[in-house]
Amino acid sequence: MPILDHLWIIPLLPLLGSAINGLLGWKWPNKAVHSVALASTALSFACALEAAREFLDYYDQFHHAFVKQFFTWITAGTLRAGFDLQFDQLTIVMVLVVTGVGFLIHIYSTGYMAHEEGYFRIFSYLNLFMFFMLILVLAANYVLLFVGWEGVGLCSYLLIGFYNLRKSATDAGNKAFIVNRIGDFAFLLGIFLLFRTFHSVDFTTIFDHAASLPTEAMGQFGTLTVVCILLFIGATGKSAQLPLYVWLPDAMEGPTPVSALIHAATMVTAGVYMVARSHVLYTHAPSALYIVAIVGCATAFFAATIGLVQSDIKKVLAYSTVSQLGYMFLACGVGAFSAGIFHLMTHAFFKALLFLAAGSVIHAMGGEQDMWRMGGLGSKIKITFMSMLFATLAITGFPPFAGFFSKDAILAASLNSQHGGKVLYAVGLAAAILTSFYMFRLMWLTFWGQPRYDQHQVHVHESPLNMTIPLIILALLSLAGGWFAFPALWGGKDYFSDFLGPILGTGEAASVVAGHYLELTLSGVAVIAATLGLLVAWRMYRKDVKQGPSTGLHEILYRKYYVDELYHAVVVGPLVWLSRNVLWKVIDVGLIDGTVNGIAHGTSAVGDTVRHTQSGNARSYAVWVLIGAVVVFVIIFWPIVHPVLFGGLR
Amino acid sequence: MIPTNYYLVLSAILFGLGIVAFVFKRNILTIFMAIELMLNAVNLAFVAFSQSLGKPDGEVFVLFVIIVAAAEAAVGLGIIILTARNRRSLNVENVNLLKL
Repeated sequence: MPILDHLWIIPLLPLLGSAINGLLGWKWPNKAVHSVALASTALSFACALEAAREFLDYYDQFHHAFVKQFFTWITAGTLRAGFDLQFDQLTIVMVLVVTGVGFLIHIYSTGYMAHEEGYFRIFSYLNLFMFFMLILVLAANYVLLFVGWEGVGLCSYLLIGFYNLRKSATDAGNKAFIVNRIGDFAFLLGIFLLFRTFHSVDFTTIFDHAASLPTEAMGQFGTLTVVCILLFIGATGKSAQLPLYVWLPDAMEGPTPVSALIHAATMVTAGVYMVARSHVLYTHAPSALYIVAIVGCATAFFAATIGLVQSDIKKVLAYSTVSQLGYMFLACGVGAFSAGIFHLMTHAFFKALLFLAAGSVIHAMGGEQDMWRMGGLGSKIKITFMSMLFATLAITGFPPFAGFFSKDAILAASLNSQHGGKVLYAVGLAAAILTSFYMFRLMWLTFWGQPRYDQHQVHVHESPLNMTIPLIILALLSLAGGWFAFPALWGGKDYFSDFLGPILGTGEAASVVAGHYLELTLSGVAVIAATLGLLVAWRMYRKDVKQGPSTGLHEILYRKYYVDELYHAVVVGPLVWLSRNVLWKVIDVGLIDGTVNGIAHGTSAVGDTVRHTQSGNARSYAVWVLIGAVVVFVIIFWPIVHPVLFGGLR
Repeated sequence: MIPTNYYLVLSAILFGLGIVAFVFKRNILTIFMAIELMLNAVNLAFVAFSQSLGKPDGEVFVLFVIIVAAAEAAVGLGIIILTARNRRSLNVENVNLLKL
């Protein structure tokens, strides 16, 4: 098992690429820079494939996850946090998605970023991101997972603010970083509580131990429930769920490949991965599971409604990502973890494709992102158009595209699972209709209809091959990526959840397959929902439409429910006020500067008083000499002077 | 023989006069003379002790003091002459270049 025994090589390769480009890339030509980046990513992908093959052999023999301790990182008391890597079926899915989709996006970036300043910088950051993301998914304990978790946050910050001369970009980077801090703080508390409870941070130890604990009753807030809720708050930060989703739409300030890699396909799904990884804890804490389901479901619907009216093509996709992440959490929340991971995978394909295709559109339009200034592009950039269409059909859930299978699995689970319910299903279905509407609205505004841009100014051109090839590959994956989990009713077999079964449990599969008749109905309903969204979009946007005045509900949605304004008023405003009027003007200026300046002023004042002794007047010096002589005399002859002066007091 | 006390009292009186003149007089030359007076008052005390204790140490000290006083007189008078030349005055109040 050459690779499996040296798992560290998978994350190390991108780290090396990042270091080489980061240190030396500034004086290299573009070709050398992206050769290094592509080679390291491709090798990492190849190693991941080989490791997956070796693991399957290993699993046939030993029937448990492969865990290897490479070195001990922290020891303190009973705490041992090591550089331990784990490889199992769940890791295989994640590692292959990260390295595979990551590699395609690297190829795309060579085209998209070709004329940008700081070519070496973006590849260095992207590789560094791959390193941390791989650490995150390979980690065998929560502490190492947290290292990856923070690392991808750092890279996200760096890449959102990539255009570092633009204030809005650096602000968005700060926002992403700061909002994530809130979640990360809760995550950290969760890890502390886990260590306190289980005296270990290793996955295997914790999960073995937790599995033997009794399931906490619904509504009971025991240790496990609190741990799960804290971990989930961490996930809401990283995976942009209510109420911490606000950073993700702003993160679109980054270059489009970054949005595709980090803010669609991989990093934002880290929260879903973490929840699925901790499924043993969650299944023992139904209250936490319920919260996950509700938050996921609410986010799926809420973000979709905002996506309905956005005019920036990337903003639509950003809200769509938030919404789809909500679906994944909904799946986890109803106990269908493998359905959540399945949607994570298919979403990685089609959402990365959507972003890359949107990037290709922006590239073709010479930097224009407003859909109201596009239109009729379908006939001019055919490859982009076709791949975008594939991705749209996938995300809206038309068979046989990937999204149909994963979304169907989630909706079915939300209705049938013991943790699910009709309300969750109904809201999820409504979100599916909205998804279909805003995606086809995007298609109509962008690719169909009449051009709404100045055709003399903008020369629409198809992107170069290094951008279109990743599009084509991802389009094929968006089509076929769902076939791992063919519904049983079509004579298929859910290979995906069987594959993940050893890790995520097989209990859910039984509850999902509640009967062919029901499954058929649910699939039918889902397709009808998607068609409904399509028809509404067709009716509203098929004709030559103009951007109308924004009023009423439209305005509220367009302004994103005024959430940013609300947060600004409730959190940011008071915090800034507190910082300015208390921390700055009282504590900093008054206390800290006051102390320092006070000492200086005091010294100066004492000097001011005392300097008058140095009058420059020779006779006053003479008096001082005399006084000094008297003092010396008194000190020397104290035994004699004392009784003379104070004798009378005795 | 005159008792040692008398010498010491005389010495103390001379020293006190020297101090008073040193502090209150304004003429540099007078101040200079006050210093000389104090030095010689101390000399007198040394000699008196030397006599009463029958040891030569005090007389040796007196010789040292006289030497130092001679040197001091040379330097001091030099300064005074220059001051008088530059300022056309011997008032110590006028020697105040270091004043703020």
